[in-house]
Amino acid sequence: MNDLAIRVENLGKQYQIGIPQERYRTLRDSLVDFASAPVRALRSGRRGVPDKNFDRTIWALREVSFEVKRGQVLGVIGRNGAGKSTLLKILSRVTEPSEGYAEIHGRVGSLLEVGTGFHPELTGRENISLNGAILGMKRVEIDRKFDEIVAFAEVEKFIDTPVKRYSSGMYLRLAFAVAAHLEPEILVVDEVLAVGDAEFQRKCLGKMSAVAQEGRTVLFVSHNMSAILRLTEETLLLDKGRLILRAATPQAVDHYMDSGYSRRGERSWNIDEIPEEAAPFRPIAMRVCDESNRVIDTARSTESLTITIEYALDAPITGLRVGIYLLTTRGEFVFTSFDTDTTQKFEQFGMRPAGHYISRCVIPGDLLNEGRYVLGLNASAFRVKRYFHEEQALSFNVDGVGAPGMHWSEPRLGPVRPRLDWQIECS
Amino acid sequence: MTETSIAAGSQHEDVIILRPSRGWGSLNLRDLWVYRELIYFLTWRDLKVRYKQTLLGAAWAILQPFLSMVVFSVFFGGLLRVSSGNIPYPIFSYTALLPWGLFSKALTDAGRSLVINRNVITKVYFPRLIVPLSSVLGGLVDFLIAFIVLIGMMWYFKMVPTTALWTLPFFLLLTLATALGVGLWLSALNVIYRDVGYVLPFLTQFWFYLTPVVYSSSEVPEKWRIIYALNPMVGVVEGFRWALLPGGNPPGPMVAVSAAIAVALLISGTIYFRRMERTFADMV
Repeated sequence: MNDLAIRVENLGKQYQIGIPQERYRTLRDSLVDFASAPVRALRSGRRGVPDKNFDRTIWALREVSFEVKRGQVLGVIGRNGAGKSTLLKILSRVTEPSEGYAEIHGRVGSLLEVGTGFHPELTGRENISLNGAILGMKRVEIDRKFDEIVAFAEVEKFIDTPVKRYSSGMYLRLAFAVAAHLEPEILVVDEVLAVGDAEFQRKCLGKMSAVAQEGRTVLFVSHNMSAILRLTEETLLLDKGRLILRAATPQAVDHYMDSGYSRRGERSWNIDEIPEEAAPFRPIAMRVCDESNRVIDTARSTESLTITIEYALDAPITGLRVGIYLLTTRGEFVFTSFDTDTTQKFEQFGMRPAGHYISRCVIPGDLLNEGRYVLGLNASAFRVKRYFHEEQALSFNVDGVGAPGMHWSEPRLGPVRPRLDWQIECS
Repeated sequence: MTETSIAAGSQHEDVIILRPSRGWGSLNLRDLWVYRELIYFLTWRDLKVRYKQTLLGAAWAILQPFLSMVVFSVFFGGLLRVSSGNIPYPIFSYTALLPWGLFSKALTDAGRSLVINRNVITKVYFPRLIVPLSSVLGGLVDFLIAFIVLIGMMWYFKMVPTTALWTLPFFLLLTLATALGVGLWLSALNVIYRDVGYVLPFLTQFWFYLTPVVYSSSEVPEKWRIIYALNPMVGVVEGFRWALLPGGNPPGPMVAVSAAIAVALLISGTIYFRRMERTFADMV
């Protein structure tokens, strides 16, 4: 009996760039892309107009080889664009590899997105059948699990209502419920836990660990290091399309967090990206750095991080304040802060002469909860003029390893996770 | 413990090999059979969704050909006095409008199907052929509903079909084959060139005039008829009239030419579609 589930040899995927093609995206990718679109615009802009000799192809995945044993739960991590999604897309047969070879033993179920093929006009009942069929379930299988799916999604009362009238939470629960009741031998999951509220995430995570314990082979992609640590024993680390490391999950996560592989938390502005009305204010760059002053994409919840805003004034401005917004990826504001918030600074920098400036602040450790955050930039003079404003300038992750309460495997509600000094008294 | 998979043949191990495909590849019709239930579900979804939030619902399936028939009867049959032989003009045009409606709807729907279903195509694997196939099948229900009206009209005009009626399924199949053949070509092309979406309305309009719906193919000069029949819908419409109405032209070389073209379209369309299939998820 062969105990191999997946064998991948020298797998590679080449994409052409410059022709209309879209990478497949998860909901979270869309959010992240939205937040980081300016970064990409800049990177491609820096190259200027592509000349004729410019290589119009990129390797999203290259020379990746690994094996997965039956019943193994394998994590896949790496920053955005590392090739994680491409790998899953090839293994779930959505797209073909450009080179190399993969061998899959058993039926594959892929969960690259929740609610694929859901139709807003159809009722919950109808969508369960449709979605189940799209995911590869047989009709008898869907019928047999129908009640279970409805119960898991907690939508009994609305099962005959078109899903366009569902709240987003109900919609997500139903979509996940169908997918979670898929019973393939090999399950390929991409970042489905990144959406929904905490309650939903808790439920998904519970279901995922149940699946893992059933002896199913699972390939699990996530940006959520805590989920990876909780669910997987071994993890692949990808970077720029290549397999960098395969190790026991704690080592792989440490390597990812400690090395420069997670670098992303930087945004710089090209001249042509700055609107004319911003003048004389000219943003140059914004960075998120860790305690040793390295630009990071993923910060530890327990450690402080430094936000640096680099900008130039081409003429003096009176009453200028430069500051940040911190938002969750769902768009909720966590806080807003300006460099002249203290009266002392406000008086000292009442008039800023032309020149090159850096405004820097430190967000203390033990403040932010795990999750992904978006940083915005605002440069304005109160009640006079808003010079520059970008609500989604860059994004970064916060990982919860070591944060208070991590010994309970549940997502914590709310964007902050302070370490409070609790006293317990008994009288 | 692990529940045993329901997948057919899970006793012997299913091994899937993924590698870059070269050349023309196989048609892999076995996969299509494994996913047959999805054909049903997608067709069913299209039907369910089509008439949601409409006042008249499925009555549109009747109204569309019926109103066209009325307009054609007034203008072509009445004012322009287009000859329909010894057949009343309304029933003459309606017998042609049935397969034409099925064809043009299937063509338009299938042509757009891959792009419309892009969110599914980029996330889940299944044989892509299912998408245009179920679009074509979706029109079949409309066809059957509209067919009821034809029965009523035949009763009204006291037309008794001849024994040629048994050939009707063949011509229906020919309609579907033509629609699917062209639909496969167009849907695959539409993934790469969105121009197809703009071409579709013109294509169906031109095609309509090249098909003997409002006129009889006997209007076409004898020597041009074989070339005329290169349009497979000519054979289809001729066949429908012959199968349903008394005194029609028996299917001759024209139908044979049309059928041959339809089969050629279907085969070439399937091969082209299969060849392009591997790039759909990256291109759509």
